[in-house]
Parts: sequence; C-alpha cells; structure tokens
Amino acid sequence: MSALLEIRGLEVVFDGFRAIDGIDLTVDQGELRFLIGPNGAGKTTLIDVITGLTRPAAGSVRFGGTELVGHKEHKIVRLGIGRTFQTSVVFEELSVVENLDLAASFRRPLAALLRQRRGVSDTVRAALETIGLTDLAERPAGVLSHGQRQWLEIGMLIAQGPKLLLLDEPVAGMSKDERERTGELLTEIAKDHTVIVIEHDMEFLRRYASQVTVLHEGTVLVEGDVAAVQADPRVQEVYLGRSREDAA
Amino acid sequence: MSEKLRGYGLFALVALLLLVVAPLVLPPFRLDELAKYLCFAIVALGIGLAWGQGGMLTLGQGVFFGLGGYAMGMYLKLHDAGPGGLPDFMEWSGVETLPAFWKPFANPVVALAAVVLVPVAVALLLGTLVFRQRVRGAYFAILSQALAAAFVILLVGQQGLTGGTNGLTNFYDIFGQDPEAESTQRSMYFVTALVLGVLYLGARQLVKSRFGRLLVAVRDGEDRVRFLGYNPATVKTITFAISAGMAGLAGALFVPVVGIISPSLLGVVPSLELVVAVAIGGRYALAGAILGAIIMNYAKTGFSEEFAGGWLYLQGALFILVMTLAPKGAIGVYHQARDALARRRRPPAAEDDAPVPQKQEVPA
Repeated sequence: MSALLEIRGLEVVFDGFRAIDGIDLTVDQGELRFLIGPNGAGKTTLIDVITGLTRPAAGSVRFGGTELVGHKEHKIVRLGIGRTFQTSVVFEELSVVENLDLAASFRRPLAALLRQRRGVSDTVRAALETIGLTDLAERPAGVLSHGQRQWLEIGMLIAQGPKLLLLDEPVAGMSKDERERTGELLTEIAKDHTVIVIEHDMEFLRRYASQVTVLHEGTVLVEGDVAAVQADPRVQEVYLGRSREDAA
Repeated sequence: MSEKLRGYGLFALVALLLLVVAPLVLPPFRLDELAKYLCFAIVALGIGLAWGQGGMLTLGQGVFFGLGGYAMGMYLKLHDAGPGGLPDFMEWSGVETLPAFWKPFANPVVALAAVVLVPVAVALLLGTLVFRQRVRGAYFAILSQALAAAFVILLVGQQGLTGGTNGLTNFYDIFGQDPEAESTQRSMYFVTALVLGVLYLGARQLVKSRFGRLLVAVRDGEDRVRFLGYNPATVKTITFAISAGMAGLAGALFVPVVGIISPSLLGVVPSLELVVAVAIGGRYALAGAILGAIIMNYAKTGFSEEFAGGWLYLQGALFILVMTLAPKGAIGVYHQARDALARRRRPPAAEDDAPVPQKQEVPA
C-alpha cells in the first residue's frame, strides 16, 4: 500500500506552548486510523494543520505528494481532504438536502452555481441513504437532533467525494444507539475511503478500530493495532487508566 | 406548489398596483414621489441581498448610489452644455477646460454603462481587498460607513469638478424630453417601476439558485463553508458587487426622476436610513427590503409634512421596536401570522407543525 498522507517533523506553537512537538505520521491509502490521546495531546491541532486552519511552525504535510502547508482551507478541500468538527456545524436555515447538495457542488463552475437545483443528484441521494436521513431530506437542518446533525455532517463529507476523511470525535455526546449506528456508518465509509478518526470513547475504539495512533503532549507515544496499544504500559499510564476510571 | 402560486399571485398584484392603479389614481406630484421611493427600493433590494442573505451589513450603499447618480448627472450636464461647452457650475467656479475624467461621459452609451460598471468595479475592488482579509461583521460595517463619509468629503471638496455641496442639478433635456413635463415624469416612473420589477425577479432567482443557498451558508457559517471547498470571499465579493450595481442603477434613475444628485443624498445618514428601512421591512426577504424602503420613505414624507422634525424620533422608535420585538421585520410578522392561521385551521396535524426553529424563510 502506498502512503496517502505523510507528516514529517511537525511542530505547532501557540504563544510559546508547543501543542505539537515533532510528530511523524504516515497514513496509507485505504486505511482506517484512530487517533487517541488525553486532552491537550494535539489531536485536533493535528487535523487543523492538515486542513489548513492552523499553520505549523515547522515540518511538512504531504498529501499524495502535494505539500499542504501554506494552502488555504478551501484549496485543501479541493485537493480531496474533508473534515468534520467536534461541534457539528450544519446550515440550519437550509434543508438537509440543500446542505448535502452544497457539499457535493463545489467542483461546479461558478456559472453553473447560478442555476437553481433541480431534483436531487445521485451523489446526494446516495449520501442521504448512507446516513439514513432520506425521510428528513426536505426539513431544515435546524430541526435535526444532535446525532442526526453529526450524520448529516458525515453525509456532507461523503458527498464532497474526498480521498481522505478526517472525523473529529464523531460519537461525542451520542446515545448508545446513535453510537452503534455511527460505528456501522464508519465501517461502511472505510470500505472505500481513507479515514482518520479522533475519538475519546474507548468502547467505540475497541469495537471499530484496527490501527491506532496514541498522541501525548504533542508527540506520538505509540502506534499499532488496538490490542497492542491497549496492552502498552505507557498508554495505560497516560491515557487508558484514567479513561477507565472516567468511564466507571 | 400553492406557496409558489401565491408568490406569483402577490407579485402580479403588486405589479398591477404599481403599473396600473398608481398611475391612474395618484396626482402627478405624488406619482413622482413614488418614483423616488422606487429608486430607494432598488437600493434596498441590493441591501436585502448583501445584508439579509449574505450577512454583509453595508452602511455605505450611498457611495454606489452616488457613483451611478453622478455618472448620469455628468452626461446630462454635458449634454445640456453642448459640444465643447462646460457645465454651468464649472464656469462659476472658474474651471476653463473640461477635466479629463468628465470627457467620456459626453457619450450616452459610456455614461449609461458607467452607471452600473463603475459601482460594480469599486465594489469588486473593495470586496477583494476586504473579504480576502476576512474583515467582516462590525468591522466591515464601519469600513463601509467610513467610505460613505469619505466620498461625501471628496465630492464637497472638489467644487469645480463635482459641483460641491450643490451637486449636479438644473437639467434641461433628458434624452430629448423636457424634465418638467408630466409625460416625462410619467415615463420615468414606469421605467423605474419596471427596472425594480426586473431586478427583483433576478435577485429572487439568485437567492433560489445554488449560489443563493451558498450565500446563506456563508452568512451563517463562513468558516464552515471553506471546508466545503468554497472561498467565501468570492461569494461575498460577487454579491456585494451585484448590490452595488443595483444601487448605481437606482442613483442613475433618481437623477431624472428628482432632478438632482448631491452629496447630502448619499452620505452616511441616507445610507443608514435605507438600512433601517430594510430592517423594518424585513431583511431576510427581498420583498421585505423593498416594502421597508417604500413605506418608510412614504411615511417620512407624510409625517414630515404634518410634524416637521418629529420624523427622526418616530423612525428611531420604530427601529428599536422592530429590533427588539420582531427582528425579522414586517415580513416576518406577516409570515408568523400566516403560519399561525394555517395552524389554527387544521389543529389535528400538529405533529408535523411542532414549533420549528426557523430564523428565516426563503422570500416568497
């Protein structure tokens, strides 16, 4: 398998605080990679750097051979990287289908955007079915529940047709049923996409993760499959132990 | 579907009122007044697009209104002066040769094109500089207002080039017509009403298009839009330019309708008054913006005729009332009433009509 995303020597400094302190990370084509780590480990910052929201102090992020550092956010999306946010942001005034349609339409030339949408495109219809919101397609996104919003965001991500998907805590705040549904969704998406997921939820991780990278204080602590990572004493010390107490 | 039909019905009704009833009923003086309000309504339509749909609080639309108005005024002045002649105010100011930037405006085609193209070009330039730097919200509002103030200072200061405080006035010939004649006033009224109607339909199409949906998305979550692969700066710049073009066209129509364009018509206060009118009419609907501009200007005239000086207080009070009680303006109140009535008519189906948090509706 070939590397899709290659991060080398990445450093991010906020007002003297080293949020990311020399991270190297390689994600292969077709991989489903979980990023875990305690609060402040630099997980979201890492995704922010990949998607152009945060500029690194040093290092490089190469995506399919293209350097991403220095590109604007929308240019990076156009290269084929999509992301969701911890707090889902959907456009509440627009209907579910309009949200998806906008996500699917960014490759259209400007002149084509001036035309009215007629019906529902195949891409949007497929995304609607995948996320199970077909019945709510015409409702404004503002009426959706928290879980449905997260799915809509994932649907928008799929509709973008990206090569790499970055999901920032997709199951945070979800009910048990919703988590399960999201897990299935994730498995489904991972079949034909490269996905990086940030997640805190250990139960979710055990069920759906294969490859895991543990971040700690801005560096990569351990990398490997779920079992190996869980067994690692360093991980238990910085993260898993504490998390088990939290969960109890 | 019935929603759509009702929209067309309302539009037809308003068109009938403006194009048939008003010219039959109103005395010439009042019809001319209405033509003036319709000019403001065109500017308001642009504000509705930029602010209501796009979230750009533009407090300086007077600049674009002025650019369009002056372009038209310059042509009329040169036409009155005849070939090689100088506009009257230049002679009074001791200017001896026609300034270079005036020369192209002797040509009616150039002048008419400039009416739209100059405001659009200025807005494109400003938008590119400002929106790319992610200047927005109150900062953009202040910037646009400062622009209006600076524009007035420039116009007033260059007496010999612009007519100073008096502006451009005393036109004797408007495209072959006597500006004082009733027939001229009447045809100017029709032209203005038609332009407003066409621009409204165009703007409505824009709002319903993917671009329009994108514009609303930019208004509600500019940063999120970037991660959908769009550059919000481009969307905003284009919309701002369209609203500027509308204001320019309105300014150009205003000149033959009213017979003057001067700095006092396009400074900070007139620009603000239109934004207030749009807010009162309902900024989230294009029709609300138009309605606000017509009603507020009508009320201003009527009220000022009865109680000179009291208008400012009434306007302020209205604005505060609307902002606190009905932030969606008159159209918002109308929509609420309509929905409430519809709900009362069929109460058992309440399941689906449960209070839906709708901040805005697509203008009908």
